[in-house]
Amino acid sequence: MAQSRNADGNGVPPVGGPGAVSLALTVNDITRTVRAEPRLTLAEALRGPLGLTGTKIACDRGACSACTVWLDGVPVCSCMILAIEVGQRRVTTIEGLAEGERLHPVQAAFVAHDAVQCGFCTPGMVMSCAALLAHTKQPSADAVTAAISGHLCRCGTYPHVIAATVAAGAETKGDGP
Amino acid sequence: MTDEVTPEVAPDVAPDVAPRVETFAAGIVGVKLGTVARQIAPDEPPPLPPNDQLSVIGQPVPRVDGRAKVTGAMRFTVDVAMPGMLHARILRSPLPHARVRRVDSSAAARLPWVRAVIVVARPDDPAHAVLRYVGAPVAAVAAVSPGAAEEALRLIHVDYAPQPFIADMDAARAPGAPSVHDAISLPAGHPSGWPAPQDLPVAGNVRGPAISGRGDIATGFAQAEVIVEGEYRTEVQTHCCLEPHAIVADWRADGLTVHMSTQFTAGVRAELAEAFNLPLSRVRVVVGGMGGGFGSKSSLGTYGYLAVALSRAAGLPVRLVLDREEEQTDAGNRPATWQTVRIGARRDGTLTALSVVSYGTAGVAVGAGIGNFAEQTYVCPNFRAMQHDVFINAGPGCAMRGPGNTPGAFALEQAIDDLAERLALDPIALRDRIDASPVRREERRIGAARIGWGQRHAPGADPGPVKRGIGMAQSLWMANVHLNAACAVRIVRDGSVTVMSGIQDIGTGTRTVLAQTVAEVFGLRAEDIVVRIGDTDFPAGPPSYGSRATASITPPARTAAWHVLRQLCSEAARMLNVGADDLIAREGRLIVRDDPARGLALAEVAARLRTEGIGAVAARSDDYGGFRRRMGDAALAQQDLGGVQFAAVAVDTETGIVRVERVVAVQDCGRPINPLLLESQVQGGVLMGLSYALFENRILDQATGRMVNPNLEQYKLAGAADSPEIDVVILENYQGQSATDAYGIAEPANIATAPAIANAVYNAIGVRPRSLPMTPAAILHLLGKSPAGSRVS
Repeated sequence: MAQSRNADGNGVPPVGGPGAVSLALTVNDITRTVRAEPRLTLAEALRGPLGLTGTKIACDRGACSACTVWLDGVPVCSCMILAIEVGQRRVTTIEGLAEGERLHPVQAAFVAHDAVQCGFCTPGMVMSCAALLAHTKQPSADAVTAAISGHLCRCGTYPHVIAATVAAGAETKGDGP
Repeated sequence: MTDEVTPEVAPDVAPDVAPRVETFAAGIVGVKLGTVARQIAPDEPPPLPPNDQLSVIGQPVPRVDGRAKVTGAMRFTVDVAMPGMLHARILRSPLPHARVRRVDSSAAARLPWVRAVIVVARPDDPAHAVLRYVGAPVAAVAAVSPGAAEEALRLIHVDYAPQPFIADMDAARAPGAPSVHDAISLPAGHPSGWPAPQDLPVAGNVRGPAISGRGDIATGFAQAEVIVEGEYRTEVQTHCCLEPHAIVADWRADGLTVHMSTQFTAGVRAELAEAFNLPLSRVRVVVGGMGGGFGSKSSLGTYGYLAVALSRAAGLPVRLVLDREEEQTDAGNRPATWQTVRIGARRDGTLTALSVVSYGTAGVAVGAGIGNFAEQTYVCPNFRAMQHDVFINAGPGCAMRGPGNTPGAFALEQAIDDLAERLALDPIALRDRIDASPVRREERRIGAARIGWGQRHAPGADPGPVKRGIGMAQSLWMANVHLNAACAVRIVRDGSVTVMSGIQDIGTGTRTVLAQTVAEVFGLRAEDIVVRIGDTDFPAGPPSYGSRATASITPPARTAAWHVLRQLCSEAARMLNVGADDLIAREGRLIVRDDPARGLALAEVAARLRTEGIGAVAARSDDYGGFRRRMGDAALAQQDLGGVQFAAVAVDTETGIVRVERVVAVQDCGRPINPLLLESQVQGGVLMGLSYALFENRILDQATGRMVNPNLEQYKLAGAADSPEIDVVILENYQGQSATDAYGIAEPANIATAPAIANAVYNAIGVRPRSLPMTPAAILHLLGKSPAGSRVS
């Protein structure tokens, strides 16, 4: 078991654990400090101590992307990163996507196109599609397919997810990539 | 109710005592829509007109819980947390066959953070001392965190005495193969799920045959002018629900509450009441968001039992969520099959004999049969099926989307195409001759036009290395109805309306179709209706399996709503001084039929109610005109459900990769209630069938009995890039059989896909893919380009 040591001056981060340590996480623009064991993944930290259960764990191994959140705007599998690794990076979860009552265009399009069946893969799908729209205005169906290529949906929502995201992109008045 | 008619009561709400005869639309819209007269019970609502005369039913209404699902607000079982809640984990057998000599859980039980330990595999219990597959439960622990529970499992010491095992179906059939079961553990049941003959023979690991048939098979083959025969093999498919099996059990002195990701709240309640000797009324089962089941979440399961037992032992709520490896190894699967299909026909295509001999394996369980597809799809006077279950040391199978019929159709639909080729008939022309269903005939016609059947070329005719082909196949499923199904509808003084039932929405859209059904009655919008379901405290909910939920719950929902509306109309009639019969509900108002300017808002009428609200409860009545068959709470409607699917594929003969480029799915489900949600569900059925056809395979290591791909990486599922263009057509097929005339679609949407792809692959390359999955290696092998066999396991 590694002993705790401080990292003064040499840039080596302090080593904590195995018991709970204090973590400051900035999630959806709010910074909160939680006590968590270093082995806790970001997905577990979001769902547990932070109470943000919109992020789902389905495979817990980076194979299905159900747990997708944004780190500094980039979609990542939150089951594949430890909460303690997040550091200063801003986490955005499905709960942080809508502006108040106003749905993100991807969320609204998912409802309109019925890109949702059981809904368990949906938060992750929405996060990846919304990230695509943030970087690619008016994405093609192929671009959406590539953006969700890591996502698994057993209900088979892919055709409607693609249609919804293309439609959401077409409605945004962007400059194009 | 009384026979006396009091002067205050308008005639149309007089006590109804006699059945009445009503005229219903009957037939296929766009083909032939006629009428049928039905005698119905007095408390049934009037006939529901065809969809083109309705304003909410039949419309592509957005999913009413869509917003909750896209914002992360929908609360699934895995999201349920309770004060003091413990976390459970299950210790599982590392061996495929072993007798447990000793289990020592004392070290685990002494850990301060462990609150309960239960040993399942007790050496002194003959029914549980032997473990028969890798992953079989040995013990369970409840602790203060999932990690603590996991650590505690490692402190449970088990002394296993390994036994000989067998993990391959073919080897398990051989004489002298190690026995999977003993006299105590041997399961009962029928390969295709029907009530089991109790005396099925058992020889070694083979149980059966279960024989069904009609006519005389030998005579039929003697009459045949052409006989085709083929062997077909399908592999094990796992359900892969994105939400794992999950339960939060809260045992208290005054009763048990269980939150569970289940397809059947009422069924789980009944199982719990029996297992724990509790009155039904003291058991409550709740499910909110439900992340997919596909057949695998139909019952309590050992994990569910253990969570409740741990909660009882610890005196605290217990959460148990299976991890992905447990999902893949001990949460059910679609059994593998090996089928020999033999068809005899006259030269004009008329079938004279059809025989299927099947061997399948559901691991340690039964149920690896071929369903009723071969028995019922085509007209053939002489039929015989001989179905066998073969036991191997692998996790138990269970129902999965179109159980039996899905592997059954994979074989039979290819055999029918084989026959068509032998007879030099177009596959559609042959089916037109041997399929009596007018619905399937129309589906073939529509699908053929959409896929461009006329451009279909001879098998293997494409000159280049990438060869394209078109194929089609049919699906058939029973129109199931569950009679222990009820709905309550309530309106309160502000005019808002709630519908309540124990039924669950597993992603199919049950909340939405209930809202539409009730909204149609009141002249409201679907989003105006509050839907409260997934709780056994509400009226009895039917299961969401067997494609029976919509058929079972929308008729009582409409009936209950209609009874409430009649009470409101009676009140409004007095206020407007008209007859209650003169009033209709439209856009949130009760208006006078012949003078639409006169009327009252629902809220104005509701405000006059003597009590805060009025409600009605209705139960599922029998189908008008009766059922084909009835067994307890379950019944079979007169008609079948089905569909015809067409696939266009491109096969790269250099890499062996099959790409499905397009699928046309033409399906029927009685009255379609929501075309948008139906399209979703059919696309889902097609994609699950495509995934079954091309990718999915549970691979067991023969040396250890372990599944080598118990995850979502090496167990391949279709992803977005594998998804073809899917063209969905839903027939409107009325029969006037219930208050909504709506039936199911989940399973019929899945059954035809794999054989349609197989027939398309044959059309592309001129070699028939008789085994699943059609991996690149399997295709290259078919083309004589690879020595490797198509079977991996």
